[in-house]
Amino acid sequence: MSQSRMVQIEQDILGKNNQYAAANRQLFQERQILALNLVSSPGSGKTSLLTRSIDDLKGELPITVIEGDQQTANDADRIRETGVSALQINTGKGCHLDAHMIGHAMESLQPADNSLLFIENVGNLVCPAAFDLGEAHKVAILSVTEGEDKPLKYPDMFHAADLMILNKTDLLPYLDFDVNKCIEFARRVNPDIEVLQLSAKSGEGMDAWYQWIRSRMV
Amino acid sequence: MHEMSICEGILQVMEEQATAQQFSRVKSVWLEIGPLAGVELEALRFGFDVVTRNSLADGAVLEIIEMPGTAWCLECSKSVPIRQRFDACPDCGSFQLQITGGDELRIKELEVE
Ligand SMILES: Nc1nc2c(ncn2[C@@H]2O[C@H](COP(=O)(O)OP(=O)(O)OP(=O)(O)O)[C@@H](O)[C@H]2O)c(=O)[nH]1
Ligand SMILES: [Mg+2]
Ligand SMILES: [Zn+2]
Repeated sequence: MSQSRMVQIEQDILGKNNQYAAANRQLFQERQILALNLVSSPGSGKTSLLTRSIDDLKGELPITVIEGDQQTANDADRIRETGVSALQINTGKGCHLDAHMIGHAMESLQPADNSLLFIENVGNLVCPAAFDLGEAHKVAILSVTEGEDKPLKYPDMFHAADLMILNKTDLLPYLDFDVNKCIEFARRVNPDIEVLQLSAKSGEGMDAWYQWIRSRMV
Repeated sequence: MHEMSICEGILQVMEEQATAQQFSRVKSVWLEIGPLAGVELEALRFGFDVVTRNSLADGAVLEIIEMPGTAWCLECSKSVPIRQRFDACPDCGSFQLQITGGDELRIKELEVE
């Protein structure tokens, strides 16, 4: 009979993911790729924001996209219609992208140096917050139909994001959504978060988003 | 439900350690988890049982050490306890808090044979 004994581990459970993320981050830095990780609940308008942004920016910047969804290639198909390369990752039962998947996607997608890489994460305001992909910034997209209390209900996500985009502002006249309160809630969980308001549908406010991107491209 | 991937991460660490530290079975696992780690403990326990089935940790006891959430209050110039990210200082009500602890998500130790 073998005897039981104690083994000290003292390891971060997400340590593996963080190692892959660090490797991705180094690659992005070496090749001057600006990687933005777009996170939100399902249907906030991530793909709509991307297709419009790509149409407006593809003339000035090389752009590629990684699409994460549990199932279907619908979003990657929508992106490819704009003429840029997109890779669909289906996570199956998984509710988030992880850094290892992004490392593999980089091998097949081969983004150009000095380019912009959009990563559309699985629509989920909880799980993607815990997984660093090596991105330069997490961008949290909140559509105004979701209610202004979301930053307090899902604090981890708004804490992890550097930018909050309030999308679907064209619908504000029909809603009771309190923009100032929403921003106050977001700053409560993340005092440094930047905020942009726009409509991916009407195009209102998109220029400030493009400026935000341009100022981060080197 | 990223508790599932967290459990897979725990299993992976245990399997690596089994080779490195020469054990074949895990009887108990101690985790340190803070209230800001974004982990639902019930979901984690459920996921752990599912993920470790037929592994070296089948039937292992999961012991969760709940770490305290702490922050530095800039107003009071002292460390105060918090339960979530948007808590106010329990003494002065200020939101000017710098989180100093509570996002732990660590495997502390194993009982093995
Ligand atoms: N009114 C309005 N509708 C919008 C806007 N942006 C997106 N939508 C609509 O919102 C719905 C969801 O948009 P998507 O772009 O597919 O959202 P998504 O976040 O990519 O969704 P998932 O990938 O499934 O999580 C679609 O019906 C869009 O037409 C907007 O600015 N205004
Ligand atoms: Mg989408
Ligand atoms: Zn205080």
